[in-house]
Amino acid sequence: MNLATYVTRRLALMVLVVFGVLVITFVISHVIPADPVLAILGGNAPAEKVDALRRELGLDKPLHEQFVAYIWGAVRGDLGRSLRTGRPVWDDIQQYFPATVELTFSAIFLAVILGIPLGVISATRRNQVHDHTTRVFSIVGVSMPVFWTGLVLLLLLYYRLGWLPGPGRLDLEILPPPSRTRLLILDSLLAGNWAALRNAVGHLVMPAFVLGYLATATIARVTRSSMLDALHQDYVRTARSKGLVERVVVLRHALRNALIPTVTVIGLVFGGLLEGSVLTETIFAWPGLGRYITTGYITLDYPAVMGGTLYIAVVYSIVNLVVDLTYAFLDPRIRF
Amino acid sequence: MPSSIPASASELARAAGRIGAPPRYEELRRAYRLWRRSPLSVVGTVLVGVILLVAVLAPWIAPYDPLAQDFSVRLQPPSRAHWFGTDQFGRDIFSRVVFGSRIALEIILIVSVISGGLGALVGWVAGYFGGRMDEVLMRLTDMFLAFPSLVLAMAFAAALGPSLPNMIFAISLVTWTPYARLARGETLRTKALDFVEAARAMGASDMRIIFRHVLPMTLSVLIVQLTLRMGTIVLTAAGLGFLGLGAQPPTPEWGAMVSDGRNYIVDQWWMSTLPGAAIAAAVLGFNLLGDGIRDILDPRLRR
Repeated sequence: MNLATYVTRRLALMVLVVFGVLVITFVISHVIPADPVLAILGGNAPAEKVDALRRELGLDKPLHEQFVAYIWGAVRGDLGRSLRTGRPVWDDIQQYFPATVELTFSAIFLAVILGIPLGVISATRRNQVHDHTTRVFSIVGVSMPVFWTGLVLLLLLYYRLGWLPGPGRLDLEILPPPSRTRLLILDSLLAGNWAALRNAVGHLVMPAFVLGYLATATIARVTRSSMLDALHQDYVRTARSKGLVERVVVLRHALRNALIPTVTVIGLVFGGLLEGSVLTETIFAWPGLGRYITTGYITLDYPAVMGGTLYIAVVYSIVNLVVDLTYAFLDPRIRF
Repeated sequence: MPSSIPASASELARAAGRIGAPPRYEELRRAYRLWRRSPLSVVGTVLVGVILLVAVLAPWIAPYDPLAQDFSVRLQPPSRAHWFGTDQFGRDIFSRVVFGSRIALEIILIVSVISGGLGALVGWVAGYFGGRMDEVLMRLTDMFLAFPSLVLAMAFAAALGPSLPNMIFAISLVTWTPYARLARGETLRTKALDFVEAARAMGASDMRIIFRHVLPMTLSVLIVQLTLRMGTIVLTAAGLGFLGLGAQPPTPEWGAMVSDGRNYIVDQWWMSTLPGAAIAAAVLGFNLLGDGIRDILDPRLRR
């Protein structure tokens, strides 16, 4: 199979997967739940009002017609209207998602600049103190509940010591920069608003660290094992016997090849971060998509919950697709 | 097929090794040595052991009734009378954390049984029958894998209505996929072995072959995978509990307790942080133990 066929196949699979995701969210939102109409109107609404709303939402139609309407709506970006904000769910998502992007990308950034060096150090000093420390650090990282680490850090660094700003994206007294990209940091840079930039970065540090810790742990573990693999390859021995400095051998020869699995895992971790962002955003009152969804649970805002879930699932599968394709491009030895 | 002869011969040798008493004793001693050499596994075992013990002995360890409210001692900091302090209803947090261990273990057990069983069933059927059945079941697995599992579990739990059984059901629904893949792979491997062929030649039914021959061969791999994932189950359950999608008040579920204390975090730090520490300790214990078990069973580390 050549690359073109692989890409087409992979795209077809993704369409299938997205369709499956739609089926699952449809089943959850239309078949299982407590009656959405009663959730909107309350338990003792008059029968004619219930019927009217049911007609309005199309819930009186047979299930297969509802399904077609649902799919058709989703394809056009019509995810219904949020019961809480009263706005189309799609518009809400456009408003909230950039904050999530800012948070997850900062977390990934932290995880990469911390995780890869940690993995390399631990592989080059296998079974020494560094290696064991990294191992403990990693396993603790994947074991801590993010909502708990978030609370503890918030308690210590904000409430007690006051070193970092607290929940939210910006202090109330800071004037936000004009919203062009909806990424606060980028907007502040574009507007040259240094006070806002400093404040926004300060607000980002804690949640990004809490979220990134999990990813750092995973990246460090994978880098370690692929580095160990690479360091035992013949070309590394050749490089050493040529008399190259150890640093060059490790960084130029071994690391380059060892990074391929790391790239894959960065993609996979990204999915985990989207997930973790739901809890992190709740703790840090971060106005992102995760918080939008969790607020939806509490207010029984089903369209918001399902729209947000669908959106995250689609982004997640796009990321997976990109990872698979990157992987194929990075390593020409891979046969599809 | 001459190439299958060495494979089946080694299988036979392994089977023989399993039956003989002395080699099994030797295996255990080797496992024990490996376990002793890894301090992290020992820590994990101790942590899990403590949690099991606390869960079993909860009524004797907890100094108070976990649900008893006493407004004369509300929001007390940790002291000799209340080791972990008290909450806004004057309930003893230590007693609640102790009883919470029972809920955590209950969740692990039920989720493991449901998701392990469901995944194994899908994997066995897909692997054994192959063809179109395999294709359909594996694409279904891919679809579930395409979902971030926590987000999907939250959606299920929210739609079913928040309660402990619904949450357990929701987590099980999103965690069966790795077992399905594993069971399928193992089944494909086992199916090609000579003794399965022999059973079929003797006229055994599909059900008999699956349950008497394939199932026992895949079970050990599944069990290892299940132990590896117990930490994640605790973490997911606590996350859902924290979001209010799990056990409802006044049940002493750890995640819900962390959430309860959030509004008091500034002045009553113990309300959130101590139950949270219990979650962290439990997850760490199961993860370390799982890692240890995997290392012991990893053939590359043998000898």
